[in-house]
Amino acid sequence: MSAPLAHLRDVGDLDEGRVHALFDTTDVMAQVLERPVKRVPALQGFTVATLFFEDSTRTRLSFERAARAQSADVMTFAKGGTSLSKGESLYDTVATLAALHVDAFVVRHPAAGAPHQVARWTDAKVVNAGDGRHAHPTQALLDAYAYRAAGGRPFDATKVVILGDVAHSRVARSNAALWAMLGAEVVLCGPPTLLPPALAALPGVTLEHDVERALEGAHAVMPLRLQRERMDAARIASMAAYARHYQLDAARLALADPGAFVLHPGPMNRDVEIEGAVADGPRSLVTAQVAAGLPVRMAVLYHLLVGKEAA
Amino acid sequence: MSGKATLLDARELDRALTRIAHEIVERAKGADDLALVGIHTRGVPIAERLADAIARFEPARPKVGHLDITLYRDDLTEIALQPVVKRTDVPFDVAGLRLVVCDDVLYTGRTARAALDALVDLGRPAVIQYAVLVDRGHRELPIRADYVGKNVPTRRDEVVKVRLEETDGVDEVVLDERPADAAGAGGTA
Repeated sequence: MSAPLAHLRDVGDLDEGRVHALFDTTDVMAQVLERPVKRVPALQGFTVATLFFEDSTRTRLSFERAARAQSADVMTFAKGGTSLSKGESLYDTVATLAALHVDAFVVRHPAAGAPHQVARWTDAKVVNAGDGRHAHPTQALLDAYAYRAAGGRPFDATKVVILGDVAHSRVARSNAALWAMLGAEVVLCGPPTLLPPALAALPGVTLEHDVERALEGAHAVMPLRLQRERMDAARIASMAAYARHYQLDAARLALADPGAFVLHPGPMNRDVEIEGAVADGPRSLVTAQVAAGLPVRMAVLYHLLVGKEAA
Repeated sequence: MSGKATLLDARELDRALTRIAHEIVERAKGADDLALVGIHTRGVPIAERLADAIARFEPARPKVGHLDITLYRDDLTEIALQPVVKRTDVPFDVAGLRLVVCDDVLYTGRTARAALDALVDLGRPAVIQYAVLVDRGHRELPIRADYVGKNVPTRRDEVVKVRLEETDGVDEVVLDERPADAAGAGGTA
């Protein structure tokens, strides 16, 4: 028995004990999804609203399925594009939906901090499904869960390398914070233009520009998608040059621990940040990551909604 | 820790389970197609012990599953603290089987109701029966046990504590006053 989780706005809303409890709950949710009836009544009577100001059909469907698989009611507010000025429209939308008795908002927004704003405006629980470059905590949870479920080493005996376009990646930030919280040695690696020096201030995190040195002895390697659409200036000379220097290929993976796992949070640019053969190779957890999304989000909703105390 | 009154000591507890094991097999006319499902936490060792007892006089030990009913509780919208969800391990197809659900104490009947819903989601058993070590009365739902170790009339302000070797290091069932603040250690219902 414990108090429910107040919000999941970023990894800072969690502590190590809660993360392990979430993973244990995820194990059970994964079992539910293997049964003939892939639904439990746990969240019957609760209403979950997905509030997507940025396109991401897959993430939205994953959250909605996670709510329905526990018998919650689901409302969808998907706003393509960002034509409306964000502050006011977000407030109005939240106020309107809150009047419909929403128990949890799942928020994706192009502006960092939007889920924190929503949490200030309502009494409902808030889950961040990605805000700007800031955070994407459920993606980090499912990455770490996939590593644990695959038989990865204990986190406090794990070296994880997050490789590539760290600058534009909320996934990188959430993963760095989460794995560090779990006791892992976190190395962020990429070209200087894509590796903000400020990230070195995160506890347990070091920066490394030399990819070969970074990969040495790594137990988990996470190449990031090169987010060219978010790049405001020429951060890299060319895709080819980037691939030559930073692509995770078989030769570079061989520098890591022989039992190292490869994680990619998707969507993947094959043969840019990751060699296709590595993505499809025996050390790849890409398929397991996709499969972990639903049970992890089910566990998150359970941990947020069940129990009244912090509501 | 000693309670107000001992309802079953270790030997009586063992005898009660042995009797239930015989009753289950007698009613089922054999142990074929029989499976026991223990409800977390103390229903699990009870199911395992009943299976062991049946194996002593039948050719085969019945299959045993472990059931967690947390996701099927009817009070999840109103409880203050979040219950920990545990694994359900029913490593066989329940379709067509005679299932005996095992728990330590039958009280309001709400756990039994949740267990029925959880089992039906796993498949379509031929029969579901309910075995408990102690039936203490005060039902809130139309539920009854098929096999009972001991019927104990109680007041609502009393608690029945079942302690088992596997979970608590000792075999005994005691009746105690309900503490003013919260339920004490051990299995309480």
